[in-house]
Amino acid sequence: MDERKERELYFWLRLIREFEDRVSALDKQGKVQGGVYSGKGQEAVTVGVCHDLRADDWVFPLHRDLGAFLVKGADPGRLMAQILGKRDGFAKGKDSFLHGGDFSHGIFGATSMLGATLPVAVGSAYKFKVRKEDRVAIAFFGEGASSRGDVHEAMNFAGVHKLPVVFVCENNFYAYSTPNELQFAVEDVASRAQGYGFKGEVCSGNDLHAVMKAAGKAIHRARGGEGPTFLECKTYRYHGHSEHDRATYRTEEELVTWESRDPVERWETYLGKRKYDIASIKTETTERVRKIVDDALAFAEGSPLPEGPEAMEDLYATPVTEG
Amino acid sequence: MLVTYIQAINQAMHEEMARDDNVFLLGEDVGVLGGAFKATDGMLARFGNERVVDTPISESLIVGAGVGMSIQGMRPILEMQFIDFISCGFDQIVNMAATLRYRHGGQTACPIVVRGPCGGGVHGGLYHSQNPEAWFFHVPGLKVVAPATAYDAKGLLKSAIRDDDPVIYLEHKFLYRRIKEDIPESEFVVPIGKAALRKEGRDLTVIAYGSPVHAVMKAAKDMAKEVDIEVIDLRTLLPLDWKTIRASVGKTGKVLIVHEARRTGGIGGEIAARIAEELFESLDGPVMRVAARDTHNAFSAPLEEYILPNQEKITEAIRKLASY
Repeated sequence: MDERKERELYFWLRLIREFEDRVSALDKQGKVQGGVYSGKGQEAVTVGVCHDLRADDWVFPLHRDLGAFLVKGADPGRLMAQILGKRDGFAKGKDSFLHGGDFSHGIFGATSMLGATLPVAVGSAYKFKVRKEDRVAIAFFGEGASSRGDVHEAMNFAGVHKLPVVFVCENNFYAYSTPNELQFAVEDVASRAQGYGFKGEVCSGNDLHAVMKAAGKAIHRARGGEGPTFLECKTYRYHGHSEHDRATYRTEEELVTWESRDPVERWETYLGKRKYDIASIKTETTERVRKIVDDALAFAEGSPLPEGPEAMEDLYATPVTEG
Repeated sequence: MLVTYIQAINQAMHEEMARDDNVFLLGEDVGVLGGAFKATDGMLARFGNERVVDTPISESLIVGAGVGMSIQGMRPILEMQFIDFISCGFDQIVNMAATLRYRHGGQTACPIVVRGPCGGGVHGGLYHSQNPEAWFFHVPGLKVVAPATAYDAKGLLKSAIRDDDPVIYLEHKFLYRRIKEDIPESEFVVPIGKAALRKEGRDLTVIAYGSPVHAVMKAAKDMAKEVDIEVIDLRTLLPLDWKTIRASVGKTGKVLIVHEARRTGGIGGEIAARIAEELFESLDGPVMRVAARDTHNAFSAPLEEYILPNQEKITEAIRKLASY
């Protein structure tokens, strides 16, 4: 990996963190209309999986994957407008946060029914396969969503047809408040892959190198016609399920332990070891990401709120006039 | 060309898959078997196993994968082996497909068709007789059609496949092989959103769709000396062809709604409410309904007979309404 690439990865980690911190701050100021689901602490997963995707690959992010939007190319201004319920958001105000994808960059908007995007990702991958396009679909989901039937149905079908899909499980140990030991009776969710006839891998989701290596292999396999991979990334969210959740179901010690494995700091340590001038890289990057988020917020604040009657638009591609 | 209702469905799919290679078919046993009722007969041999996919028993996957194909430019037909099983794919229909365009601010369409055999009268019991249209009638973003004739079965399915929105296509299994009809050899479609005026009349309007249309037509014919009945076959349930309903109610002033689905929470209730709101001045009697009784689709013959509408029940309701 050359220096340019290493610095680009650092930029993505920092941009996601800056963006999410700003959204959390806006939420505290009462400027965000809906829920905010911070992925702070999990940045290395989306960066490690998405950094090398092609423009025509598709990602199916979960509600905590703001990073997948940014790395895949979504405009930060429109993303901020989306979060503030403005007309320039991807959903034009019709739904909040990450429910509106950006089709021009191959980003799908999820519903709140976690895991429900997996069948959709698999359907897209089916098309890629039968049309002999060497594109891949990346389906993100949490370890909590792994309990849903949709996840099973999607993986089973993907295994049968050896589809070009990577199932990325972000295991952050809590489904809202419910810990893993009440969610499943196995240590690694990825061990289920065996039951679907494809490979399961576990890596540290806080170690960008580890995610890049595992995701790189999985994407390569998918693109080369070797079928799906179940990639489990063990990670941790610093915030509660959403900003209003004080996460009293976990201990302070646990949080501190995970903060000591922070993915951004870890990458900074790595850059330092490479003998780069880490102090100036940090300063430069801080200025750059602040400017992007400032501009995004300015754009979003300048974007109009939708008018009430717009609630009736975009229901149908070919509306039938009632007469 | 003389065809049965199910042959018309089969022809529509063959023709659309031959016309457009983006049309795919997914479902349980649709390939090698040709469908539990043979609706997809001959399709695997003609179009191959990439486009005609025998899926695992996974209704949610079938619909969800259909959505995933549709955003990549395909137009999948998604078969529910019995429409009763659609409840297993309910979330993918109402939360994923129906909201897809809306939550993406108009960035995408969702051209999928979810079709399957509905309806009773064949002693199918609780899970092979259901009429689930009301569940979907309540969901914006969907279109719902329910053909009563072979001509409409073919023409509406072709329109549904070409339509850019998710369409729930309800084919009534009682009609599959019971009606045979002469339909044109040449290409035709039936537009979504247009009802058919099956019979003109002056005294009373009967609004129906699906299988009961035939019992209503028979009743109208048998009662011709008594009462001059106008019959509307809705064909499309969502959106309703309100223009046709309004014109007819304005003329007759009396309305009976007939459907095989349950009475409570059924589509008839919405039609009746809207007539009361907008056409109150035109009415010469209460808007009445004949529908299935509010129970499950019981199996044994006397139970099913008791539950479902039939010509006798329709005739009785017409007499009562005509007396106002």
